This record gives sequence, C-alpha cells and structure tokens, in this order.
Amino acid sequence: MLRYVLSRLLSAIPTLFLIITISFFLMRVAPGGPFDLERPLEAKVMENLNKIYNLDKSLWEQYLIYLKSVLSGDFGPSFFFRDFSINELFAQSLPISMQLGLSALALALAVGGFLGVVAALRQNKGVDYSVMAVATLGVTIPNFVVAPILTLIMGVHYGWLPVGGWGGGAFVNMVLPVVTLALPQVAVVARLTRGSMIEALRSNHVRTARAYGLSGYTVVVVHALRGAILPVVSYLGPAAAALLTGSVVIETIFGIPGIGRYFVQGALNRDYTLVMGTVVVVACFVIIFNLIVDLLYAMLDPRVRFD
Amino acid sequence: MIKSIRMSALAAALVAATSLSAAAETVYNRGNSADPETLDQHKTSTTYEAHILRDLYEGLVAYSAKGEIIPGAAESWTVSDDGLTYTFKMRDDAKWSNGDPVLAGDFVYSLRRIMNPMTGAKYANVLYPILNSEAVNKGELELEDLGVKALDDKTLEIKLNAPTPYFIQLLAHQSGLPVHPASVEKYGSDFVKPENIVTNGAFVLASFIPNDAVTAIKNPYFHDADNVALDKVKFYPTEDRGAALRRFQAGELNTNNDAPLEQIDFIRSELGDQFKVSPYLGNYYYALNHESEAMKDPEVRQALSMAIDREFLAEDIWGGTMVAAYSLVPPGIDNYGEPAYAEWKDMDLLDREEKALEILESKGYNESNPLKVEIRYNTSENHKNTAVAIADMWKPLGVEVSMLNTDTKTHYAHLRDRGDFDVARAGWIGDYSDPQNFLFMTESDNDGFNYARYENPEYDALMDEAAETIDLEKRAAILKKVETIFMRDLPFMPLMYYGSKNLVSDKVSGFETNLLDVHPSRFVKISK
Repeated sequence: MLRYVLSRLLSAIPTLFLIITISFFLMRVAPGGPFDLERPLEAKVMENLNKIYNLDKSLWEQYLIYLKSVLSGDFGPSFFFRDFSINELFAQSLPISMQLGLSALALALAVGGFLGVVAALRQNKGVDYSVMAVATLGVTIPNFVVAPILTLIMGVHYGWLPVGGWGGGAFVNMVLPVVTLALPQVAVVARLTRGSMIEALRSNHVRTARAYGLSGYTVVVVHALRGAILPVVSYLGPAAAALLTGSVVIETIFGIPGIGRYFVQGALNRDYTLVMGTVVVVACFVIIFNLIVDLLYAMLDPRVRFD
Repeated sequence: MIKSIRMSALAAALVAATSLSAAAETVYNRGNSADPETLDQHKTSTTYEAHILRDLYEGLVAYSAKGEIIPGAAESWTVSDDGLTYTFKMRDDAKWSNGDPVLAGDFVYSLRRIMNPMTGAKYANVLYPILNSEAVNKGELELEDLGVKALDDKTLEIKLNAPTPYFIQLLAHQSGLPVHPASVEKYGSDFVKPENIVTNGAFVLASFIPNDAVTAIKNPYFHDADNVALDKVKFYPTEDRGAALRRFQAGELNTNNDAPLEQIDFIRSELGDQFKVSPYLGNYYYALNHESEAMKDPEVRQALSMAIDREFLAEDIWGGTMVAAYSLVPPGIDNYGEPAYAEWKDMDLLDREEKALEILESKGYNESNPLKVEIRYNTSENHKNTAVAIADMWKPLGVEVSMLNTDTKTHYAHLRDRGDFDVARAGWIGDYSDPQNFLFMTESDNDGFNYARYENPEYDALMDEAAETIDLEKRAAILKKVETIFMRDLPFMPLMYYGSKNLVSDKVSGFETNLLDVHPSRFVKISK
C-alpha cells in the first residue's frame, strides 16, 4: 500500500507542474498589472517596483524564478498585501478554513448520512418525502441567501449568536458559518446515501444477512451502509477539497479570515503570487483527497485492490 | 539586546496597562471598507488606509473631528512672504510610542524616504510642490537636494517650487505622515510588523490579520493621550456592505463608512439619524474621449450632458446618497468660491431635452441615423444602473448606446493605455481641499488622468498662472476661469458629487460628518 501511495504522489508531480505552468502564463494574459492604480505611478517608481518584484525580467525568467522558489517551498511576497509573504498569509488563513471545512464536512456527513439512511428505511413514506424535500431545498437555496437570513434571525433579531467575525475561533463564532457551509452538503449526502442505501437494502448480501437473523442494526449499519457509503465517499473527495480551501461567500459574509477570499482578491488585484499560491494549494488538496478517496474505497469495498 | 529588552518591557507595560483596565476597556469597532494593502504610509494610496494610518501616526498637521486642519507634531508654523518657505516649530511633548522625542529630522528622513524612487511610493507625486521633489522622485537629483531641512531638532524648514496655498492641507494627507527612522533602518520593510512598529499617533498597532481586523491600542506616549477616550480601535474590512449593516444592527460595529445602496429605504426607516449622509469631496463623472468620432464635437457633448436628469440619478439610482453635479469642483471646497456651473443648470429639464434634441438634429442625427455611443464602466451594480438610466435618457435624442463593463483594473488600465473608447465612467475623490486637485486632471500633460485626451493650451496656461499666484482671491478667480472653460469643452461630464454614507451608533460621539469624511478615532467616545 505504501508503494501505491508513493507512486500516486510521484505521479502528482507532473500534474502540479502542468497546473503551475498553465496558470502562470494564463494569469499574465489578463490586462493591467498589480501596480495599476487610478492614479498612475512615476515611471521611475514603477521601474523600481517592477525591479523589486522581478517584473522587469522576461516572462520566461520570471517563470523560472517562480518555479525555483516554489520548489523550495517559498510562494514569494504578496503583491497586494505588501506587509506579508504568501506563506505568512496561508499559514494564518489555511488552518481557519480547514477548521471550518472539516467541521462542516463532519456535520454534513453525520446529519446527511443519518437522514439518508432514515429516508431509505422509510422509502416512499412521509419521513422520506420530507427529508427529500428539505434536501432539495438545501441544494437549491444558495448560501449567500442562507447566510444573511440566518444572521438576521439568530444575530440581529434574537442576538443569540454573533453576526460576523472569527473571534479567534470561538465556538459561538463558528456555529453559523459551519451550518451555512454544511447545509448544501447535508442535502447532497442525504440524497446520495438514500439512493445507494435503497439499492443496498435490496441486494443479495443484505438479504442473506437478514435471513441469518442478524439484528436490524447489524444489517443496516455493518452490511448495508458499508456498501452504500461508497458513492458518498467518492463525492466527498472533491467536496472536501473545496470545503477545506475555504469559501469566498461564507468568509466575506461572516468576516472570517480564511483562505477563500484570497482567490477573488488575488485575481482582482492581479496579485500574481497570491493567485499562484491559491492554485497550488487547491491542486494539492484535490490530489490528496482523491488519493484518500481511493484508499478509503479499498478499505470499504473488498472488491477493490491496489494492483 | 538591551534595546530589545527595553522594547519587550514596554510591550509588557502596554499589555499590563491595557489588561489592568480590561473590565472597563473601551473598544471602538470600526467598519472600514477594506484591508490596507500595507501599513507603510509611504506606500499607501487609499482613503481606508488613511483612516488607519492617521490613527497610528501624526503628521506635522492633523485633522480635527470636523475635518479641519489642526496642529499635529508641529505646534505652529510660519510662511515666508513669497509663499515659498514654510518653517515649522515642533511640539516639545511629541513622542514616539517607544518614548523617543519626535524631531524635525524624523520628518526630513520621512519626506526623503517617500521621494526616494527605491521606496516605490505610489503617492509621492502628491507632495511634488516641495522643492526638487519631482526630480528626486524621478532619480534625477540626490535625496539631499530635496527642499526639506532640519534647522535644529525642533525646527523644520520646507521650501517649495511655487507658492502653494493648499500646502498645509496637503501635509495632512497620509503621504505626509512620518516614519520612525531607527525602526525603518533596523527592520527595513518589516518595520510595519506589530512587534517592530513605532508610531507617534494616538494609537499603536497591536495586530493585523488580513480579512479579520487591524487592531490598534492607545499609545500612552501620545501628547494628547489624556484626552483619548478609547483603549482600543479595531478596523474591520467591511467589503460586504450588507453583512456590515447586520453587524452594525447587532451592535458588533460602532460605525461603518458605507451602506448597501439597495437597502437605503430600509436603512433610513430602521436606523433614523444613525445613518448619516453628507457631501463628500468627490465627483462621479463620465470621461468623454475627444479623439473618438462620436465625442469630438463640443456641441454634441454639451447636448448629451444637458439631457441627463442628474437629480434622478442621485435620488433614485443612488438612493439620495449622491448630489446632482453641475460642475467638476464640488461646492464647499477651500480656497474657492462658487464653482463654475453648467450654463443650463437652472433651465427646466424639458427645455434642456428639447434643446439637446435640436442640437443633435442639426448635426444630422435622428432615429434612422443614430449617434452610436459606447459607455464603458467598471463592473458594479450601481455603475450599471447609472449607465442604463443615462442610455434611456439619451434614447429620445436619437442616441444608440451600447455598454461594456470590465473589472476595475482592466477598466483603468484601458483608459490609461489610451485604449479606444467613447464614454467611460470614472470618479475622483480629492486628496486635499483645493480646486486645483480637481482641475489638474485635464491638463494636457497629465497622462494619467486626462482620459479625455483633452488638449487646450489656454487651459494649461491658466493653470500655470494660478500656480504662480499667491493672492488667494486672484487665484480663485483664475481657477474659476479654468473651470468655466472645462464646463464649455466638457472633457469630463460631471454627473454627481459623491456623498459620504456613515452608519454611526447612538452610543458614539465625536464622529462628525465633514466634506473630507475624515474621522480621527482619538476624538471618538463611546458610551456604555
């Protein structure tokens, strides 16, 4: 298995390299540069700024310089947040986004999974219909609607929870963002679980288990759910990568200093290094989570082998 | 080493001083548009950075709560008769947050630093009235040639290129804030880090977490510290105005400097006089490209301008947070009288429309042969609504409008690179209260701002003449002539004067609306 993991990680290197290369050159196609303001700069000042940030060199040289520093783990200085390097920005914001994302993921898995199983067991009954109705709502109402409504009710009207801010990661500050982030995932997980659970409950091995007279719990959780969870796992891989790398909407509405906002801020401010940094981070997360999904698959599904 | 021990002792003392009174700590939660790009005053360019920096640092002069100039690190100054030499007497009790005295030499160091091309200061050209500064900033002269001299520790002399009646106003801009020379020398660009920073304002930086808050705590060494009521100021980047409004309603923000326009009616009815709209030193305008086929005829430009119902834009599109503008220079500005308004300002809108229609008809434009105009704007809901409304007002004149929107960087890069366009949205907020700060935009050699590519030697000559004139009344008369030419030729079509929109809690006092929209935290008090 270690061999498999290693080979997967090694094969990720050319992928990453390709992603870095493509985004590096694509980004430079956008008109305007990081130092373009409404008020233009003196030529000499611009020249010095370009020199400081290596923008005076040819694009190829800049590309090589960038590759070299990325290889040594240095994402360079931020063009926009000029008091910080990209590493400093990420060191500070990524843990926050991951904490939020993981909490939302855990919540989605627990609640969504539970709802899905319940719906499947009561297929075509009232419970099933209401769970599916709620799930459909959860997917269709965007989080930029859910978030303001939740804050208006819980924060402004009742004053139970803070409307915004991170408060150093205090529990009360996390409730609303985590719930908002988790809602659509709850819905998806519930639907996926329900679908595959219904199928699993009708499968031969579950029927056999029932025939053996195993308890309801063992049949549902050990035998049916184990197979039924597979589509959820493959969905959660990319979903987790997206959740853990922050959400620009949630972070902006709740005023949370996560990494999600840097995607938009980097692009709008032509902060080249910030954009590259976020691209690399997302790429790494996607690669790692796809690997984790594959490993989980092998653990859950006896039919899958590493070779 | 000894120094670092002293520094940490100071830090400990500061922490102790603040935590002792933790129970009674007064915190001002201040919504402030966006995060600063940097806390290095010499590298900043925006108003929301200025709000933070003016709390951390004190220039030679400062702003009062009402936005008037008051003595800062300098307690007084004199101006020579020819208006070319300013002599500042430094305040005896002005101190840095590490206890060092604030000396004249600190300002010499700071002004040289901002002019040093190696610094890469974006706003150095604001201070170009200082003798030789432009040449120094362009690398043509040495730093020592800059017209700034410390006669002794307590006396600073600044020489100018030409009499500049707004020079004192200029010094209150963030570009005129000093840095602590020893810290800059020691830490380089890292002097802005909370653990290194030394400031001379009412507050000193405690932390800066992007997308969270900039936190500043009271500076016990500030000369007026006794009158500073706050222990801590937290600046929140409130890019999402709707979210900021909710945080304000929930009491998490004491003030915010913007409001969501789509909710203006709700805000007015819900918040009452906690929502404060007041005139602001800025103009929202459309630049008309004098090189474009559609816009090269002055009469056509005038007709298009005439047909715009500015009151509708200000009241209905912008929810009454803007004021209809019939001049480039906003009224109420210093060193000026009434601005030069459009001739037809007081004409009835229907008559104006009729006249505009006549003009365009006489030029051969009508519904079958429409004047084709493209409006470019930077992406924003309100810019779009404004453009749509204007297109609608122009339609009866036989004008066919197409629209193009791009993100802000692309928009301004296009204008500056002399890209092709007919009409383009732009806005200008004055850096200091003087008409020159508006009229200079369309001088023919102003590559950066003259989006219209307007070229008029008479305009340029009058601007030069005004720059040489010491007598304020004579100068105002010349500048008014300049603006009259501007309104005749219309390089820009002024649409609205900006208004400032502040949410100010009832518990806050000392936050007064003013033309510059500056609100130093040192004057703010918060009742429990």
